[in-house]
Amino acid sequence: MTERLVIPAPEGAPDRQPPPVSPAAGPFWEATRSCSLVIQWCRSCEQAIHFPREACPSCLGADLEFRPAAGTGTVYAMSEMPAPGNAGMQGRAPYVVALVDLPEGVRMLTGIVRADGGLGAAEVAVGDAVRVAWEPLADGRHLPVFVRA
Amino acid sequence: MVDRTMRGAAAVVGVADAVSPTGELQGTVRSLEVQVIREALDDAGLTIADVDGLFTCTTPGWAASLELAEYLGIAPRWTDSTQTGGSSFEIHVQHAAAAISLGLCDVAVVVYAATPRSSFKKGSGGYTSRQSLPGPTPSAEWEQPYAMRMPMGAYALAASRHMHEFGTTAEQLAQIAVDTRTWATMNPRARLQDPITVDDVLASPMQASPLHKLDCCLVTDGAGAVVLTSTERARSLRKPPVLVLGTGTCHTHAMISEMPDLTTTGAAVSGPLAFAQAGLTPADIDVAQIYDSFTITVLLLLEDLGFCPKGEGGAFVAGGVLAPGGALPANTSGGGLAYTHPGMFGIFLLVEAVRQLRGECGPRQVDGAEVALAHGSGGVLSAMSTTILGTEATA
Repeated sequence: MTERLVIPAPEGAPDRQPPPVSPAAGPFWEATRSCSLVIQWCRSCEQAIHFPREACPSCLGADLEFRPAAGTGTVYAMSEMPAPGNAGMQGRAPYVVALVDLPEGVRMLTGIVRADGGLGAAEVAVGDAVRVAWEPLADGRHLPVFVRA
Repeated sequence: MVDRTMRGAAAVVGVADAVSPTGELQGTVRSLEVQVIREALDDAGLTIADVDGLFTCTTPGWAASLELAEYLGIAPRWTDSTQTGGSSFEIHVQHAAAAISLGLCDVAVVVYAATPRSSFKKGSGGYTSRQSLPGPTPSAEWEQPYAMRMPMGAYALAASRHMHEFGTTAEQLAQIAVDTRTWATMNPRARLQDPITVDDVLASPMQASPLHKLDCCLVTDGAGAVVLTSTERARSLRKPPVLVLGTGTCHTHAMISEMPDLTTTGAAVSGPLAFAQAGLTPADIDVAQIYDSFTITVLLLLEDLGFCPKGEGGAFVAGGVLAPGGALPANTSGGGLAYTHPGMFGIFLLVEAVRQLRGECGPRQVDGAEVALAHGSGGVLSAMSTTILGTEATA
């Protein structure tokens, strides 16, 4: 198990707004309280699923479970936002939004941050290896983001 | 005149329903939809993999059929969110029969679920469908927390991937904006009529890297309409007919994070379908109207529609092929980048294509235009539909 990396909000910036929790995604969000990344799997066809659903998008099966993820990934696509995308991101721009491919076989929309807490794309590029990190949310959950591996 | 071509062409092959004497069912609307789809397919001896047409009209989000198809993990080539209240599903069956009789889809699923009674008891509203659906949208839970600037951020992701895989450059994307603006200089009704250069595009403020402000469409007011009738009847009307020679549709996702391959859109399906129906190829297109929400949109669509091979869009556009005098005159109104863009530009693509085929475009008229392509893109590169139109000479 790699060290769990928590990235606090930048000086003066509020925590990110906690996302809603859909019926299928409870275990995903509960695991983030202890900075654990879990991914939903279909036990019928052994496909990883993201975003979590109430039925498998490969076979429509409903025999689903969450399993720990490796916590690693590869940047598939990325874009640096020069200005906040919403009011909750004041003090955080520029920041990076990316699609990260996980070795489990799913792709996540996420953020890429700097482990030193600095802002911007820094030294990360499409194709780079990354690992999961966590931003605290006001309700005790954490939002999964990634840092350069 | 009664059209009898649909007669007997389609049949209902599977049914299922979920009801309870208590009037209440356990489970979310989504889980109920999946349940009855699975049971009806089983009733017919089919599986979800057979389904290529989807008909649904309720959603917690903005696009009923996209969101359900994404949830089910399917990529339909026929899609219908027609919402007419209680008669919606009869209309869906009618549309499905029409589509099937024409070979436009093979297996159509019509589905509906709602839980107003139990939702009302839980205090979350009664018949208001929004309240009876399964909670937050996927976008609110899985994308919005990352505050991607929308919609440009989604297209920026696609641009970043195309650059990574194929070496496409910001200069090549900028050339699309430059050529589109050149057309706009000849349209007195365009929002922006001053010519621009590649350097102007690259010097404009970054919106979401690698897309600059001049890579992005306008935000304007606007309205449009298109009226269609039978070609036979059209021949007795006032203007020369513009024939619908071919059509094709494909949607692949609702959220950008669910797009299977950010360098290939559903136009790779919709385009060949439309060309096949028309009996034409990209080389036959005299003038193209290709949805330019962003420069990257045009580049991806040129590749997917077959105007150049996948990955070569950058080199294809770099020489000004889309400009006046180019081999593929495109977005001759000035497009969404310079003419108008009220949020949904698709109607304007059709209007301009028809005007070009009628020879009504004055200084920007493409001489001898007989075949036009109008390609719409919806969502975030999500839903693609290709229309090929022709003059009477192409009948």
